[in-house]
Amino acid sequence: MHIPDGFLSTEVWAPLDVVAAGALGVCIKVSQKHLDERNVPLMGVMGAFIFAAQMLNFPVLAGTSGHFVGSILAASLLGPFTASIVMSAVLIVQCLLLQDGGLTALGANIVNMALIATLLASPLYAGIQRLVPGDKGRFVGLFVAAWASIVLSSAACAIELAASGTVPLKAALPAMVGVHALIGVFEGTITVVVVRFVAAVRPDILSLQKV
Amino acid sequence: MRKFILWSMLACLLIAGGVSYFASSSPDGLERVAHDKGFAGKASETAKLPAPMPDYSVPGVRNRFLSGALAGIAGTVAVFGLSVAVGWALRSRKRMRETG
Repeated sequence: MHIPDGFLSTEVWAPLDVVAAGALGVCIKVSQKHLDERNVPLMGVMGAFIFAAQMLNFPVLAGTSGHFVGSILAASLLGPFTASIVMSAVLIVQCLLLQDGGLTALGANIVNMALIATLLASPLYAGIQRLVPGDKGRFVGLFVAAWASIVLSSAACAIELAASGTVPLKAALPAMVGVHALIGVFEGTITVVVVRFVAAVRPDILSLQKV
Repeated sequence: MRKFILWSMLACLLIAGGVSYFASSSPDGLERVAHDKGFAGKASETAKLPAPMPDYSVPGVRNRFLSGALAGIAGTVAVFGLSVAVGWALRSRKRMRETG
C-alpha cells in the first residue's frame, strides 16, 4: 500500500506531510511520558520484524499479492503511540533506503499505515476485549482490529488518490477496499498467530507497559 | 529478554535476507488497482531522492539472491537501529525530566 511519488497531487501530499509530522510529534510526546526502558529493545525488534515481514508478499488473487503491515501487532505489544513511532520508522527506512514509497508521499503513507492503522483501529481491539472477556476477546479483538486497520488505511489511500484527481473515488474506493478486505484476513490471522506465539514463549512481554 | 531479542533479530534477518527471495512478485493491492484503473503510469520515473538500494536490491551485486538479501538485511538493521535510537532518546529525555 506504499504510495509512490506521482500518484498524489501537491494539494494532497503536502498537507499530509504536515499532518504526519504533527501527529508523530504528539505520539512522541505521549510516548516519552510513559515509555519504560524495557520497551526500547522491544521497539527495535518490533520494527525489524515488521520490516522483514512486509517483504513477504503472498498471492491473494490471480495477479495480485498482499503483505503483512503489522500496525495492530505493534500496537498490541507496544501500545498505539509507540507503535505509531515504530511503524513510521519502518516507512522512513523503506522510503529513504529502498525507494519503497515516495518521498513526497511519505506523509500520506505514515498517515495511512502508521497513524490511522494504529490509532483508529486500536480502540476496536480494546472495545472488543471489553465486550468479550478472556483470551477469546483478545484474539477476536486482534483479528478484527488488524483487519480493520488494513481496510481503513486502504480506504484512506483511495480517498487521497481521488482527492488528487488521479482516479475517481467510485472506481478507487471499491477496488481498494475490496482487495484489502481480503488482504485484511491474512493480516488478522498473522497478527493473532504472532501474538499467540509471544504469549506462549514470553508472556511477560504482553504485560509490559504499553503507551 | 536479551535472548528473546537476539533470537527474534536472527529470525528477522533470516526472513529479510533469505525467505523474502521467495515472496510473490505480483503487484500488491495498490499497484493492482493502479494498473486496472489506468493510473499506474503516474508513478514518478525519477526518484525525488536517490536511494542506495532501490527496489530492495543492491546496485552492482549481480547475484539476485545476494542483492536482495543484502538490501533486506541492511533495512532490517536500519529499522532496528532507528527504533532503538528513538526509544533511547525518549527514555533519556524522560529521565532528565524526572531528575531535573
